[in-house]
Amino acid sequence: MHEVASRPGRFGPYGGRYVPETLMPAVSALEAAYEEAKADPNFWAELTNLHRTYTGRPTPLSLAARLTAHCGGAQIYLKREDLAHTGAHKINNALGQGLLAKRMGKRRVIAETGAGQHGVATATVCALLGLECVVYMGVDDMARQRPNVFRMRLLGAEVRGVSSGSRTLKDAINEAMRDWVTNPDSYYLLGSALGPHPYPTMVRDFQRIIGLEAREQILAATGRLPDVVVACVGGGSNAIGIFHPFLEDHSVALRGVEAGGKGDRLGEHAARFRAATPGVLQGTYSYVLQDEAGQIALTHSVSAGLDYASIGPEHAWLHDSGRATYTAASDDEALAAFQLLARLEGIIPALESAHAVAEAVRLAPTMRPDQIILVNLSGRGDKDIFTVADLLGVSI
Amino acid sequence: MSRIAETFARLRTAGRIALMPYLTVGFPERTSTLELVPALEAAGASLFELGVPFSDPLADGTTIQRATQRALENGITIADCIATVADLRARQVKAPLLLMGYYNPLLRYGLERACADLAAAGGDGWIIPDLPLEEASDLRQIAAAHQLDLILFVAPTTPPDRIAQIAAQASGFLYIVSLTGVTGARQMLAQNLADLIRSVRAYTDLPLVVGFGISQPAHVAEVARIADGAIVGSALIDRLERLAPNERVSGAAAFIRELLSASERP
Repeated sequence: MHEVASRPGRFGPYGGRYVPETLMPAVSALEAAYEEAKADPNFWAELTNLHRTYTGRPTPLSLAARLTAHCGGAQIYLKREDLAHTGAHKINNALGQGLLAKRMGKRRVIAETGAGQHGVATATVCALLGLECVVYMGVDDMARQRPNVFRMRLLGAEVRGVSSGSRTLKDAINEAMRDWVTNPDSYYLLGSALGPHPYPTMVRDFQRIIGLEAREQILAATGRLPDVVVACVGGGSNAIGIFHPFLEDHSVALRGVEAGGKGDRLGEHAARFRAATPGVLQGTYSYVLQDEAGQIALTHSVSAGLDYASIGPEHAWLHDSGRATYTAASDDEALAAFQLLARLEGIIPALESAHAVAEAVRLAPTMRPDQIILVNLSGRGDKDIFTVADLLGVSI
Repeated sequence: MSRIAETFARLRTAGRIALMPYLTVGFPERTSTLELVPALEAAGASLFELGVPFSDPLADGTTIQRATQRALENGITIADCIATVADLRARQVKAPLLLMGYYNPLLRYGLERACADLAAAGGDGWIIPDLPLEEASDLRQIAAAHQLDLILFVAPTTPPDRIAQIAAQASGFLYIVSLTGVTGARQMLAQNLADLIRSVRAYTDLPLVVGFGISQPAHVAEVARIADGAIVGSALIDRLERLAPNERVSGAAAFIRELLSASERP
């Protein structure tokens, strides 16, 4: 396996648990509770049942026939996480952790959100399970994802704007962690495969369902495994979720797509592997965009969900070990893919997922028609229509 | 004996606890720290926690976040902080000087290089709030090789078996987090602070220094009854923010003298 036996919670040298002492007991208790839940078949039975009756799982696998014809090469299949309840893969993790919070007897849930999809998923799960919910969100993200702010409030969550730092996902995580340090009895429902151990492992485990279903579905549909699996990578939860069940299938290439933003200079993108500087941010050791003094760099992406200076530690290890490769799609490429998918397939993807679509569009013509690209369409794009309209110079 | 151990031994004989101001290096102005530290030492401060600014200070409340932001705008790096320590020694500052900062800038600078440079500058140790015991062994060993202490934390949430593990690995002194929360001035200290101190004392003879929330002489007096030192951070930064530029040094020194009046052990 790819989890090298070093210290617990490590992927090769990456991962770990860099949190203030005040939180260590809470993090250890979370790890113990998760290990116990993980070994309990009843826990998974309850989660599976909710996924079937509430999330709408399994999500379909769609052949993107017109996009395939347009690109002229490999067949492109889409794993339709956009069709999961709340419109993105984030519900998979929120529901798993929500059940864990309930099992731990927690009453108050804290979350951070970038694009708002994790915030909406958490608010939804808290409504479903009867938990109090506070969501931290950068004020810049609140402006560009207005529909999701309203959705969270409709769902009964309190949305707290964060105006420190870059006013985006990173700052929302800082503020959520400050809340957790102050209220260690609350449950911190972290939304990506990031942060201190056990989050990267636990979030991956809850997102693996994407890859497990997709692997079965592509075999059923085509009788073979895909040649390449493509997913966008912000923190990296949708990517690790679809990659993980394919790790041992060595014929399957795994390709993560970071946010190339609007340029190559520090501050203009969120392509963490481009600068190749490991460091510690928000509880974990991984690749981090930073300046020479070790200050965390500002990032830019058209998509709030990819706009983050670090990347999940398991991706750092998959990168170094060569099992997965990482590339970037620019704002413009993502925007073009967003429109292309809408027109050719009748699917408006999230701007995050559009980065993965852009990579598929790039790859397909370089491959043969008998080859298969599996794209994780991690979310739907309703939340992005204002951003996209602005960029296209349309007022709605 | 290290400068830190000597300081606590001397204070014990004098019947006082240590007063340890926290100052963000380069706040409010780039060179402010060079004037503030000698003045606060003259006013009676015994050790100094000098903050290395970091873009993402997740254990800090709004006051220190602001100070940090200002220091970053002033261009302060970890190299500047180490140079500040050397400069303070050149200005005849005798008190132990510890650098407090988040792990990433230290990691980027290089642990070995940072410890060698800090030791050469005349610094005494590190305080790293996002480096719990489990992740601290690399830095602890390198620091020890350079006769620097890595100060470990005990929090109100730390269970007894963990206090024992932390105490066994600690050197210099133990940083007792007085409350469950981020840094910032508070009206009242936690009620169970004495119980926490008592349970830590059962495992170690090292000095116990209380931080987070201390803002007034009554807090220092409370700490003097149960521990060996009090850290004042956000309250001092608040004071500096309110003072006119030409009154900062004298005003901060006056605040330290005010707190010092309550630092006698009962």
